[in-house]
Amino acid sequence: MSAALPILACQGLALSVPGRTLCRGLAFDVHAGDCWTIVGRNGAGKTTLLQTLAGLRPAAEGTIVLAGEPIANHPPRRRAQLLGFLPQDTFDAFPATVLEIALGGRHPHISRWRPESAIDVSRARDALAAVGMDGALTRDVQTLSGGERRRVALAMLLAQDPDVLLLDEPTNHLDISHEVRSLELFANLARERGRAVVMAMHDLTLAPRYATHAVLLDGTTAEAGPASALFNVEKLSALYGQPLVAVSHARGTAFLPA
Amino acid sequence: MHRYPHWIVLAALALLALAALTFALAAGSVDIGFGAVVRALFSPGDDAGSAVVRDLRLPRAMAAFAVGALLALAGAMMQVLLRNPLADPYVLGLSGGAACGALTALLAGAAAMVTPAAFAGALISTFIVFGLARGQGAWAPTRLLLTGVVVAAGWGALIVLILTVAPEAQVRGMLFWLIGDLSGASRSGVPLAALVVVLVAAMSFARDATLLARGDLTAASLGVPVRGATLALHALAAFATAIAVTVAGSVGFVGLVVPHAVRLVIGNDQRWLMPAAALAGGALLTFADTVARTLVAPSQLPVGVLTALVGVPLFLWLLRRSGR
Repeated sequence: MSAALPILACQGLALSVPGRTLCRGLAFDVHAGDCWTIVGRNGAGKTTLLQTLAGLRPAAEGTIVLAGEPIANHPPRRRAQLLGFLPQDTFDAFPATVLEIALGGRHPHISRWRPESAIDVSRARDALAAVGMDGALTRDVQTLSGGERRRVALAMLLAQDPDVLLLDEPTNHLDISHEVRSLELFANLARERGRAVVMAMHDLTLAPRYATHAVLLDGTTAEAGPASALFNVEKLSALYGQPLVAVSHARGTAFLPA
Repeated sequence: MHRYPHWIVLAALALLALAALTFALAAGSVDIGFGAVVRALFSPGDDAGSAVVRDLRLPRAMAAFAVGALLALAGAMMQVLLRNPLADPYVLGLSGGAACGALTALLAGAAAMVTPAAFAGALISTFIVFGLARGQGAWAPTRLLLTGVVVAAGWGALIVLILTVAPEAQVRGMLFWLIGDLSGASRSGVPLAALVVVLVAAMSFARDATLLARGDLTAASLGVPVRGATLALHALAAFATAIAVTVAGSVGFVGLVVPHAVRLVIGNDQRWLMPAAALAGGALLTFADTVARTLVAPSQLPVGVLTALVGVPLFLWLLRRSGR
């Protein structure tokens, strides 16, 4: 796998928000099949890193290469075919049906004056079925609960079907069963369909189960590497400033507050 | 959410627009039957009825339709751009700028300059608002909205100043202009051409606009060129509003109520909402203008009074209904 070209790579990446530098010299390669997890305290720069990787905000320093090209060189539509991004929050200021929203994910695959094809509709329906929202195709999104809206947003990204999926706290608002189902879904996309997944997570009981790699952000420095080297009690306790214990179980290791 | 198929709504609105235009051609101080109206349009004779229909009522009806459609389209775009279903074409102060231009021309006694002065005022106001609201190279909806509201308040003060110093005889004309009036609209070519241009251009951004309504980040991640699309839609909305205000004064409520009402029926997919809003806005203003010139004939009401009188209760009813 390491011989193949990375689908997404960053080098010498520095992140900054007004008044603060969040990290410098961050470098890592994301390959097809990888599942990266970004962890760190509130305000450490998880969202900034994801948005920068997605090409939605400029990097303070460094380069981001998507499919062999600097990310800014891809036209927006082409970039959206290769890379998808799930924001931490989505807006529902206007009424729209669940199916209409999922169909929005097909936008980069449809040229300007064309209507959605039957294939686009079936992709959107499949995506909604994958998150268990196919029973609500004609419901108005404004009548849905927070967790249901989150699942519709996930379906929009699934319908987009990019090679790289960047997810900002994808399991926000989800109950524990949908949390596990969604994470299984993304892990499977990486393992079996050769997609690459990068997600910011707060749940240290589930994150280690799916992560192949990790980025630890502490607000001033960053560390990236295989999950096996970074997900341990010492590193995570220091990262969060909160003593943790590791609990091993049949499906891996969970980290709990000590 | 129960909805009729999109094309059925669009067809119904097209019929409604046709009915409004027919009513506008038939109704008035000279009573002309439906058959005579059709004859006047398609095989005109030299009779007085034909002349009234073709030379007086048709241009005014078409101007009313174009202005209503432009206002509804601009309202639909502003609501998406500001992510606010209560936005209207005038929310950024454009109509205030146009009114100041028009009233200054009236005050100076330069009747011929009213139209160009109104258009210039609208453009100046747009540039002021967008120039002031620009922060870090982008226009955040909240900042734009606040700037627009404050600039509009400034125009409002100037308008009152002009009304106060204007001679009594001119105030009535000024008030008609302020509330919106189509009695001076004798040519419909410019607003109709503007309507076609704005509708086609806006439709080419329709899918982008639907996604922009879901937030800049979502739209950008789906490949929408957010900056370009936002700028284009703002420019189209400002142009449409400037033309409408220049032709008819600041007719209220069409740009607010129509897109909102149409959205309740057809949803927020801009590919359908934009043409539907244009048809509904055109039909509403054509109907309202016909009533405005026939209700108390031979004198005429400013059409803006009627759109507000109809629009206020209609809007409150829609709001209550959607809250359930």
